[in-house]
Amino acid sequence: MSMPRTSFRRSKFWPQRWRLFGCAVVVVCVAAVALRAQDKNPFAGDAKAAKLGESQFRANCAFCHGLGARGGGRGPDLSRAQKRHGNSDADLFRTINEGVPGTAMPPNGATQQGVGMTEEEIWQVISYIRSVQVKAPAQLAGNAAHGKELFYGSAACSTCHMIQGKGGRLGPDLSTTGSARSTEYLVESVRSPSRRLAQGISEAMKEFSQEYETVTVVTADGTKFMGVVLNEDHFTLQMMDTCEQLHLFEKDKLRSLEKSRESLMPAYDQKMLSEKDLQDLIAYLLAVGGQ
Amino acid sequence: MKHESMPWTVKSRFLASLGMTHLLVSALVFLVLVGGAAPLLNAQVTPQRLLDSAKEPQNWLMYSGDYAGRRFSALDQINTSNAAKLVPKWAYQTMAGGKFETTALVVDGILYGTGQDNRAFALDARSGRPIWQYQRALPADIRPCCGRANRGLAILGDKVFLGTLDAHVIALDSKTGNVVWDVAPVDYRGGYSITLAPLAIKNLVIIGVSGGEYGIRGFIDAYDAGTGERKWRFYTVPGPGEPGHETWEGDSWKIGGAPAWITGTYDPATNTTFWTTGNPSPSNRGEGRAGDNLYSNSLLALEPETGKLKWYFQFSKHDEHDYDATQVPVMVDQGDRHLILQANRNGFFYLIDRSNGKLVFANPFAKVTWSDSKDASGVPIARKDASPTLEGNRVCPGAAGATNWMSPTYDPQTQLFYVTAREQCDVFSTAPQAYEAGHAYYGSAYFPNDDAEPFTGALRAIDPNTGKMKWEWKHPSPTWSGVLSTAGGLVFTGDAEGNFIALEAASGKALWHFQCGASVYSSPMSFAIDGKQYVAVAAGSALLTFALP
Repeated sequence: MSMPRTSFRRSKFWPQRWRLFGCAVVVVCVAAVALRAQDKNPFAGDAKAAKLGESQFRANCAFCHGLGARGGGRGPDLSRAQKRHGNSDADLFRTINEGVPGTAMPPNGATQQGVGMTEEEIWQVISYIRSVQVKAPAQLAGNAAHGKELFYGSAACSTCHMIQGKGGRLGPDLSTTGSARSTEYLVESVRSPSRRLAQGISEAMKEFSQEYETVTVVTADGTKFMGVVLNEDHFTLQMMDTCEQLHLFEKDKLRSLEKSRESLMPAYDQKMLSEKDLQDLIAYLLAVGGQ
Repeated sequence: MKHESMPWTVKSRFLASLGMTHLLVSALVFLVLVGGAAPLLNAQVTPQRLLDSAKEPQNWLMYSGDYAGRRFSALDQINTSNAAKLVPKWAYQTMAGGKFETTALVVDGILYGTGQDNRAFALDARSGRPIWQYQRALPADIRPCCGRANRGLAILGDKVFLGTLDAHVIALDSKTGNVVWDVAPVDYRGGYSITLAPLAIKNLVIIGVSGGEYGIRGFIDAYDAGTGERKWRFYTVPGPGEPGHETWEGDSWKIGGAPAWITGTYDPATNTTFWTTGNPSPSNRGEGRAGDNLYSNSLLALEPETGKLKWYFQFSKHDEHDYDATQVPVMVDQGDRHLILQANRNGFFYLIDRSNGKLVFANPFAKVTWSDSKDASGVPIARKDASPTLEGNRVCPGAAGATNWMSPTYDPQTQLFYVTAREQCDVFSTAPQAYEAGHAYYGSAYFPNDDAEPFTGALRAIDPNTGKMKWEWKHPSPTWSGVLSTAGGLVFTGDAEGNFIALEAASGKALWHFQCGASVYSSPMSFAIDGKQYVAVAAGSALLTFALP
């Protein structure tokens, strides 16, 4: 049984450098064809392909994007017409195949957990996404401008949250949250922030992201700090206190450490934020997230 | 064994052909005798050496360290009194992405390992410098599940044996990395791959396949170590006319899965090799494959020369939760009781009489909701309402299991069994799909429940006599690291946060840790060279070694 490598070496038909050149030409041609092939979904409007795509979606995408592609605590609602990383078939293909750098969206097949999809299966998934997509962009119910006023004003969101470089540091940056999470999730995060804690740092190969847990520590000298966990392992803790000070601790040097899944963020009930103001706030997050 | 003595014959003939005198040959023989057999005999691993692995604790001759699968090192230079002083000695970088799952072998000062994308390498175990490096040219259209990983090599004679992601079995010359033989047991395009370390017994290389996510028909093969000739095949899904075939509905056996993707163990006393199998296909949808689906999720006792089945034990019948039984079946003897210990992916710890495959008992070692009753022989049985549904049904353990392929260890000193446990429940949802050769065939989806408590992990020390937990070391999140125990009174494990940790085996107290810089996705091992003990583990793309200063 000869190895490909061996037969390559043994071949005297072409000198190696010509062979390499030949390979390079082939690669360029294939890349060009592949690029063209990825412009348009060959299964556009094909209900059967959309059905197959639904199976693929459930197996590969629902983990973050939810069972009906309506989003969840990890990924955006894909039933929205407006996709942050491009709306065309080619954009969707690229997003699925190559992932989105700097986000939790991995390249196809690179999650290290499942199998990944063939090119055909990716197109089927795109057919499925198109089939559940809301036809027209939903008219924003709220007033985004007023939402911005609330964010930086009376609702005091900016005390802890930053948008486009302006605001506090204690909570997650919300610049892209509007496009990265479903509306239901955004509403829930304001009304009941402890139900699903926001996710912070994700590390390569680590399965689960750090969550914004609440932590209270007492140092050896008796100083008490309260804040959020930025990252931790069995031996160390990185936290930000409510004064936005960063602390790096070795756990065994602390007098006490208590964690809680009760978010530091207040639950904004109807009294603190009316339904209308909430809609305005969400409208602002969606508007800024789509930029 | 002829092939083991061959190099000596060749060497003698070579010297003779050069006109060397008998005197010189005698002098060489004298040098070997005086200098100890190791330097010139290196990598001449006879079947007898594999049987007697306990006599050479400085070496790590097979995936689990010994035929019993204990992953126990008899070295005690690093022990509870000095483990806190451990320091890194060298690192070897594969420079590849993805999971680096190898357990290295060490034979007479040379370390042999595998890396991502079917890399293999031999290193000077003293310095970490490569002697040879090999990488398989893999076809572009392979889509192996769960990472382009490989867990290690087997060694026999002057060859190391590698299973590949395109489902080949390859013998490499242990001194050069040259390909000696290369056979293809099956066409990878059907969804087959090989990720496990083979097991060498006598003159055979025994290996199983992965592919439970594709609707393969699983099997275990044995190859002649010298020639690559296949000696037998045991189909883990019986064909027409074979016992067990009746446990499959219609033609479902043809795509029944039951891969054998973790290295087996071997009992020389009864000449039995023990192998475990994975899920039936599709993994999370039982419709269309009514029946127990033998021999999926089973422990198999096979005769090594023939592949003949002596007995089997099925852990999860008609599985719908991906509860592969692919955890190393660890052999332990207690007086006249000859046992197999397995902490199963389904959350139960099983004690099995390995003379007949009868269950002694099964006790949960992690949170279990799929079963709430046992049959007359004590085997846990599934709740009717635990099946996946279209809307989703939350079941514990989740699809990744209460444990997985990461190796457990049995420490004969503490007489405890240590296993990595994962506390993660999942929502199992069906996603009906048609079978298409080589395509993913889960028939399902699973994902964490947003409302659930956070997922955690733990290293648990279990008393095999009772199945009860003696102590646990909590991991902040679930880990994929295996466990090593040593005669120094230590157990070593890693976590998802990148720490490699030494714990006191008796108590679970942490004595030392090192931040590797990436999650540990491998099972550690230990070896010695020049009288110095090392512990080695793969993390990120580095193989790291540690020793006392």
